[in-house]
Amino acid sequence: MTHSLRNRLFFQSVRIAPWLAMALLIVPVAGGLAGIIGPAFGWLPALDGHALGLAPWRTLFRQPGLLDMVGLSLFTALTSSLGALLQVVLLLGALLESRIFRLIQRLLSPLLAVPHAAAAIGIGFLLTPSGLASRLLSPWLTGWDHPPDYLFPGDPYGASLILGLMAKELPFLLLMSLAALPQCQAREHLHVARTLGYSSLTAFLKGVLPNLYPLIRLPVYAVIVFASATVDVAMILGPSNPTTLAVSVVRWLNDPDLSRRFMASAAALTQLGVTLTALLIWWLGERLVIKLSSGWLTNGQRRHADTCLACLASGLIWFMLTLLGASLLGLILWSLAGYWPFPQAWPWPLTADNWRSATDNALSLLGQTSLIAVTATLLSLTVVVGCLESEIQYRRRMRPRSQLILYLPLLVPPVAFLFGLVQLQAQWRLAPGWFAVTLGHMLFVLPYVFLSLSESYRHLDPRWAQVAVSLQASPLEVFWRIRLPLLTVPLLVATAVGFAVSVGQFLPTLLLGAGRVTTLTTEAVSLAGGGDRRLTAVYALLQLTLPAIGFGLAIGLPRLLLRNRRDLQPS
Amino acid sequence: MSNNDADNALHLEAIDIRLQGTPLVAIDTRIEPGEVLTVMGPSGVGKSTLLAFIAGFLDPAFSARGNVWLRGRNLARLPAEQRRLGLLFQDPLLFPHLSVGGNLGFGLRRDHSRRDRYHAIETALAEIGLSGYADRDPATLSGGQRSRVALMRVLLSRPNAMLLDEPFSKLDTALREDMRSLVFSRIHQENLPTLMVTHDEADAEAAGGRVLRLMPPY
Repeated sequence: MTHSLRNRLFFQSVRIAPWLAMALLIVPVAGGLAGIIGPAFGWLPALDGHALGLAPWRTLFRQPGLLDMVGLSLFTALTSSLGALLQVVLLLGALLESRIFRLIQRLLSPLLAVPHAAAAIGIGFLLTPSGLASRLLSPWLTGWDHPPDYLFPGDPYGASLILGLMAKELPFLLLMSLAALPQCQAREHLHVARTLGYSSLTAFLKGVLPNLYPLIRLPVYAVIVFASATVDVAMILGPSNPTTLAVSVVRWLNDPDLSRRFMASAAALTQLGVTLTALLIWWLGERLVIKLSSGWLTNGQRRHADTCLACLASGLIWFMLTLLGASLLGLILWSLAGYWPFPQAWPWPLTADNWRSATDNALSLLGQTSLIAVTATLLSLTVVVGCLESEIQYRRRMRPRSQLILYLPLLVPPVAFLFGLVQLQAQWRLAPGWFAVTLGHMLFVLPYVFLSLSESYRHLDPRWAQVAVSLQASPLEVFWRIRLPLLTVPLLVATAVGFAVSVGQFLPTLLLGAGRVTTLTTEAVSLAGGGDRRLTAVYALLQLTLPAIGFGLAIGLPRLLLRNRRDLQPS
Repeated sequence: MSNNDADNALHLEAIDIRLQGTPLVAIDTRIEPGEVLTVMGPSGVGKSTLLAFIAGFLDPAFSARGNVWLRGRNLARLPAEQRRLGLLFQDPLLFPHLSVGGNLGFGLRRDHSRRDRYHAIETALAEIGLSGYADRDPATLSGGQRSRVALMRVLLSRPNAMLLDEPFSKLDTALREDMRSLVFSRIHQENLPTLMVTHDEADAEAAGGRVLRLMPPY
């Protein structure tokens, strides 16, 4: 191919990249939502549904406990999101300029990489009556010789579900906030407020938070949507009778009696409504806080129980870190346990039997999971790099509205649109399986890859390219030989993020694979529903290891390969 | 602590700031009430580091020794918010989420009734020729107006001393003159000991006080 032809091809692919990204995100979500509307009103020719009507809704409303399910979904979503946001505010306010904060920052990415299901399994195992926590305290403190009789996980108020959700939402919101802080001149405003006599926490609350919150509003909404519609975490930690609405939707959908799909569609639409209601309640709460706080912001009060709150913040950090550390330890112990009678804190003898018995199945699942994750990530990465490159070539930042589209799969309850996609799959007689699952994963991988890469890509010093052009490099050469190599580390990190997101996906695998595609995550979740803790622990650990390897490579490879290029190393 | 440290002067006592063991800035001086001490030097010489140390924002990468005495307290041991040092930055840094009046209210101490607060803000605005601007969005102000609001915000917090971090460097030449005379006249009026960091000779001239030139350590 000639030089100029290649360059023209490059420009053309870069030009279509943003459109491709939009299409990849909008079409499935919109199509999926459309795909549940018909069946919800009785129309699904593949299952002989031709009569439009409200019959599916009447069946749905006859389901016992429907209102409880809705209430539970709303309550757990709002409580866990509010809890996570308050913790983030407290942490930033009390510890932003302290040394411990650097430790927290280091731990963020590994924490984020932990798949939801693995975290939920770990927390559930830790706090269950016969879990590590009660073993460590028994019998010397509690006097328990037998596992006590409390319901956890699965308590009727969803406390365990809320805890599990918070453990994953907190690092996400913290990371998004850290990225947004420089944009709102947080440091400078904090210093102004402190020289005016405001204690650090009050300075943060009055001088920084009002500017920070608008920047993290979208991630907060994404957290609420996720929490209100999560399936895997709620299956593992949530109450079982009634379950949250999303769990029941999946159950009805997977019911062998296909006629239930009509009602399940109506339920999926209801789920969309529940999520929107949660967002609406939150939004009203925002208005209320803004209204109530306007006088307080400028009343000149410079301290608010600071010492107390700072203690609370460090307490929280240690609690969360202990919780996650102990959960991990618990998983490792369970995976190595043979006979492990109750108050014993340490299983003895340790055995590799659980691992050995899982080997065959686990190896094939590892391969399957990695294959899907690698494909989904590389495809997403290509599209994302194309989008970002087009911003540079055409000197046009994506408009806020386009940014919103990138968030789309995170702002619509997945159970609603994925279910619709399944209906369409059935309608058009497309084979469910590996390819559909990979495309489904891309819906969630692409936004995260974009979020992870965009800042570095946009902020790369434009003078590198200018120098290269002045040395007669073509745009294509600048792209391959200058921009991508300079962005080695951010590209690898974005790949690791995408890989971790894909590994953690449960619902797209379950629904679009029609049960025929199994990954470590679907296996771990279904094992968690059974009784074999040892085997569940093995799969949860495997599920956790895969993203960890990804991040290890993303950080370790450049240190090794670029050891003579100090300025390219990860900081 | 000697007795004459308990007065209103800002006493920088045996201050020695190092970066990984290498001496960066050493200073030992007294700034009398109403006096402006100008610290000058090429960039990278540690002017801003000195200011950050006095204000309480020194980066942990630096190590510092020495005392900062003001009104009988050693500020070096206090958190930034208890030092009562009014710091004027290069940028006005008005809070974008508050109105102009809200920014002034943010600076005002709490020991005022609601009515007194309102009057204090109106008076402060009148003093800088911005009467009736209380409800304005700071983003709609000109650069000079913003700087004046930032100055009043600091003064309303009743500082015991002032620190100026190249406060005029981002203003147009014409505005710079006005702002300088406003800042220095207010400093004399309130009789505040002041440390100014700048690399503009004209700033030092306008301040009219002693000039301390920091040299690179090599």
